[in-house]
Amino acid sequence: MSVETQDVESDGAKVPLWNDPKVRALVSQAVLIGLVLWFGYEIVNNTFVNLEKRKIASGFGFLNTTASFGIIQTLVPYTEASSYGRVFFVGLLNTLLIGGIGIVVATMLGFLVGIMRLSKNWVVQKVATVYVETLRNIPLLLQIFFWYFGVLSALPNARNSLVLFGETVFLNSRGLYLPKPIFEDGSGAIWIALLVGIVAAFFVRRWATKRQEATGEQFPKFWATVGLVLGLPFLAYLLSGLPVSVEYSTKGTFNLSGGLQVIPEFVALLLALSFYTASFIAEIVRAGILAVSHGQTEAAHALGIKNSHTLRLVVIPQALRVIIPPLTSQYLNLTKNSSLAVAIAYPDLVSVFAGTVLNQTGQAVEILLMTMGVYLAISLITSMFMNWYNAKMALAER
Amino acid sequence: MAGQSKIEAYIRTEMAPTMPPPASTVGIVGWMRANLFSDWINTVLTLIGMYLVYITLQTVIDWAFIRAVWTGEDNKACLDKEVGFHVGACWAFVGSKFSQFVYGRYPLEERWRVDITFLVGAVGLAWMIIENAPYRKWVAIFMLALFPLMALILLTGGNFELSSGSWKAFSLLSIIALVGVAFVGVRAQTKGSDFDLSTALMIPAAILAYIFLAYFLVDFDFGMAPVETSQWGGLLVTLVVAITGIVASLPIGILLALGRRSEMPVVRMASVIFIEFWRGVPLITVLFMSSVMLPLFLPEGVNFDKLLRCLIGVALFSAAYMAEVVRGGLQAIPKGQYEGAMALGLPFWKMMGLIVLPQALKLVIPGIVNTFIGLFKDTTLVLIIGLFDLLGIIQLNVTADAKWFAPSVHNTGYVFAGLSFWIFCFGMSRYSIYMENKLHTGHKR
Repeated sequence: MSVETQDVESDGAKVPLWNDPKVRALVSQAVLIGLVLWFGYEIVNNTFVNLEKRKIASGFGFLNTTASFGIIQTLVPYTEASSYGRVFFVGLLNTLLIGGIGIVVATMLGFLVGIMRLSKNWVVQKVATVYVETLRNIPLLLQIFFWYFGVLSALPNARNSLVLFGETVFLNSRGLYLPKPIFEDGSGAIWIALLVGIVAAFFVRRWATKRQEATGEQFPKFWATVGLVLGLPFLAYLLSGLPVSVEYSTKGTFNLSGGLQVIPEFVALLLALSFYTASFIAEIVRAGILAVSHGQTEAAHALGIKNSHTLRLVVIPQALRVIIPPLTSQYLNLTKNSSLAVAIAYPDLVSVFAGTVLNQTGQAVEILLMTMGVYLAISLITSMFMNWYNAKMALAER
Repeated sequence: MAGQSKIEAYIRTEMAPTMPPPASTVGIVGWMRANLFSDWINTVLTLIGMYLVYITLQTVIDWAFIRAVWTGEDNKACLDKEVGFHVGACWAFVGSKFSQFVYGRYPLEERWRVDITFLVGAVGLAWMIIENAPYRKWVAIFMLALFPLMALILLTGGNFELSSGSWKAFSLLSIIALVGVAFVGVRAQTKGSDFDLSTALMIPAAILAYIFLAYFLVDFDFGMAPVETSQWGGLLVTLVVAITGIVASLPIGILLALGRRSEMPVVRMASVIFIEFWRGVPLITVLFMSSVMLPLFLPEGVNFDKLLRCLIGVALFSAAYMAEVVRGGLQAIPKGQYEGAMALGLPFWKMMGLIVLPQALKLVIPGIVNTFIGLFKDTTLVLIIGLFDLLGIIQLNVTADAKWFAPSVHNTGYVFAGLSFWIFCFGMSRYSIYMENKLHTGHKR
């Protein structure tokens, strides 16, 4: 906020050098650069001296060293003979997994609670309010502990597993056991059909919108999409000779075998993250819907647009403009908060890489820089997307 | 005329009496019909909601009161086998450990020092919050300038034995600074500008005097036993981390926010990089960094206390968030305010300090309180790097104390921790809503 220096001044008394805004700006910026460089030099220098003194290796060579520890949940093949670089990859995937599923669950729950808070029904509204006010005022770490140590470890042992949905789903203190789909030869056709279905649905919708804008004729877009996205893969499944089977967990004397085992750390973390984040999302959704002025709804009703269409075509598109930016930052928060996994030893990036690998190698600088770099990259990519989206959705004002 | 009177006979001469509204639209019945049972969907929702409320209340009351154990010396009181029923809450555990939850392992005979700090802090804070309280300004100055010193000396025991070298260097620097200001002032005055020497000297002199006082007090031996920060714990650590974090982050955040809006490209870039870096990484990695990387950054011989390292990390982290809150406030101030200040000929810092920041900060009080709530909850993360805050000490006690080993103790500990945090956070969020309503003048539907 500096003043534009005008030429008038140069005619009159000469401004002393130290009062000239341009000179001042240059000097202060030079001083800042100098300080930052000096600070950076000191840090780097001290670090090298300290590393040498403590005989800690530096560089990224450690990534090829054998890790020799096991990880309880791996999405890609991993053994104790794998390298630290592989550990990084496994941890990253686990972080993305909990982040992705957490975001989906938190969004659904958050929208539900947010709409409940606006309900005209007094009981429903109060239930939602109590939910939000309770969960968002209790630290997330405490909620993770509560689910992990309080609830999940209090579940019965494997022999007395809780049986749900008629012997297909089991729940005990070692985790949740779900039926596991097994894709046999020929199941590739299903994936191809799914891809084709999605692409086809996209084009059909575009065509339908264009036609409706031109002629006013409507086309059952929703059912066409459902048919293409779900129907095509199902057809492929039937035609290729039912190549997918389901493996159920079976109960042994001491343990359950087979099926898809979800470790309790994952369940606890997922529950805590999504319940906690949902309470913030609910408030964002509520604020977003309230931000659409009542005149919009009234105008839509005056035009004779029915209630469900008013919501879908008038209120929600305008509310989304308010909702999306803070919603994205909640998604980022959820991803960053998933690093609390370290407290209950869910093998995410921070837990296995910045935890176990750091303890084994002692190369704190490289490991923490890589870990922070990952989170930084995720949030920068997200905020780039956000800026693009905001620019696209911004109100075109005259 | 006769016909007219005939017509008049049909016309009412008095008003019809006002009937009370139908019984089904007023009172409790009417309210229930409108809000709970307006149609069948609503009725179903109401019934489901009420069932949920009933189940929750029943579980909570049963657990917290009916099946609860209130007194006992060790886990015998809370084991199902010993008492003969399925124990709910084991409040006896909380009762016997309560002082640990507040003070951690702070020595018993020194705890009065923590009490005094808490008391002075609470009274000062309440004084500043209550409007129309007398001497608010002086209390605020005391709380910002003297209270931190007092808390530092009381909690650690003071007597830091600063080296005489740092005393000498400090004295020399301060004399140079004072002489420099005086020199510039005298030069300006001889040139006939309206530079006022006494006011120019007052602020640096006051700052120097304060630093002298701080140096002296911190160095002075009050005869209190030193208490290592590794002995601190519980609520004490939670409050120290949260309050230091917020107090330190406010000035840094303001500087960063101004930097981000600066027209100097280097300053702006530096601020943006700093803010986006800290906002992009999780607090845990920051804490890891402060506990394992910071010692590597420091020159030989310099060593920080673990708590202090963690405080530095937390302060920088929350400063980035604070900067974004303050930036929001700065953007909300209409341009006319900046232009008016410039037209009056105010230099940058006076324009900011006297015109823009007072308005901007007032606007963002709710945002600052919300940041504080977030920080307060995030203090629990320090347990991961081995400091025992309120949650840390409870977690330690429920998992590692064999004397109190019982299944019911686990959940009791977590519920107690949750309740404590909830009371603090909920109170603060109410205050923020109250401030929002107070500051929000007009434009209300």
